[in-house]
Amino acid sequence: MKLIEDANRQALTRILEGEPRLIDIVPARELIPGLRERMILHAGPPISWDRMCGPMRGAVAGAVVFEGWAQDLPTASRLAASGEIEFHPNHHFGAVGPMTGMTTMSMPLFVVENARFSNRAYCAINEGLGKVMRFGGNDASVLKRLAWLRDVFGPTLGKAIRAAGGIDLKSIVARGLSMGDELHQRNLACSSVFLREIAPWMARTSTDNAVLAECLAFIGQNDQFFLNIAMAMGKVITDPANGIRGSTIVTTMCRNGTDFGIRVSGLGEQWFTAPVEMPEGLYFAGYSEKDANPDMGDSAIVETIGLGGFAMAAAPAVAGFVGAGAPSEAGNFTRSMGEITVAQNPEWTIAAMDFAGVPTGIDIRLVVDSGVVPVINTGIAHREPGIGQVGAGVVKAPLACFQQAIVAIAEDLGVS
Amino acid sequence: MTDQDRPQYQQLLARKVEVVNVGLEGFVKDLRDCGIDVVHVDWKPSAGGDPQMAALLAKLGV
Repeated sequence: MKLIEDANRQALTRILEGEPRLIDIVPARELIPGLRERMILHAGPPISWDRMCGPMRGAVAGAVVFEGWAQDLPTASRLAASGEIEFHPNHHFGAVGPMTGMTTMSMPLFVVENARFSNRAYCAINEGLGKVMRFGGNDASVLKRLAWLRDVFGPTLGKAIRAAGGIDLKSIVARGLSMGDELHQRNLACSSVFLREIAPWMARTSTDNAVLAECLAFIGQNDQFFLNIAMAMGKVITDPANGIRGSTIVTTMCRNGTDFGIRVSGLGEQWFTAPVEMPEGLYFAGYSEKDANPDMGDSAIVETIGLGGFAMAAAPAVAGFVGAGAPSEAGNFTRSMGEITVAQNPEWTIAAMDFAGVPTGIDIRLVVDSGVVPVINTGIAHREPGIGQVGAGVVKAPLACFQQAIVAIAEDLGVS
Repeated sequence: MTDQDRPQYQQLLARKVEVVNVGLEGFVKDLRDCGIDVVHVDWKPSAGGDPQMAALLAKLGV
């Protein structure tokens, strides 16, 4: 159908032409005009408190205390359950967030600008491993780290990013892919390259050596530091491709621990949701699938632009880590995702695939026709709030989302 | 009776058999267990065999 092919070509061009650049770190309230008191942005498609999973509720309670809207966690949970807290998806406000994806007014956010289309996207700073809010953690140690990110780390790194005149992200991703990252469950190379670029600027702009050392160590000790930057990059790249009538290209994939949701270019802001699946993967010592929460997070935005599970061939070590088989089988994931995408990204290539570009532009028609669904590399959270990550794995997007979208786009185009 | 006089299917089976298996993978193991070379083609009908969805996809250009 010519209308669809033309629209898809336009959507793909917009994705490939994106020029993402990290330009700042700014408190959320200054970036998102609609973000106010007693309002929380979360990962995934829209969801109310009564349908939220354990880790999401745990993170909400922690965020409420962090913002000072309640004195303690039980009071915070009661406040949230009473309807006093407003919930919205990050995606409705130009933002994304990993796992539970909490975004509240005082949290510092990475600002990524797409110079080609003059749009911006935001993501909170990665908190590191262990007990963290993105996995539902909410105790004093979690809130103390968030306060440090807000008061010390965010302003320090923001100053350095501004002094550097921003950091080009496409080139870091290209190098990371050649160094074993797939940008979802492995960000070691990109985090290291980022640190190499920003460290001199942090040294130039910091006035306190102790703070400087603390901030450098925080980045250096977190292999996943770059993930949140990559997520904002994914959002800023896909947003301009949304809203092209007739286009069957996926512009959003995300999950909230209860539902998986997608949005499709030709259908704008409309969500197509289905129950989210349980990741299949490996568990840390002492945990098993009985402890696992169904998948969650806005991080599937990296798969939406051809990274993560789509770029598994670049990161054979990850295949073992997420329980996806032998490293030699990593290429099968990338080849399989090539069946449901319309192109390869010539700027992001994979050496192990003879420098083929990462599969880009998920076409809902190809998904439904083939039955091959997007694969997403993911962390696994404990089902109870406050415990944190218990493993890592691979999760499949539910086919039902794509089937619903096919029916909707057919209706929109008058096809029956 | 010469080979040429046999029905075609018998001629086929008189030589070494090589199989292309399309779709259900379950047949592959049985054939390989009999020492037969098999190339498996991972194929499914469009839309998992849902005729309405397949028809819709065809109209949408798949």
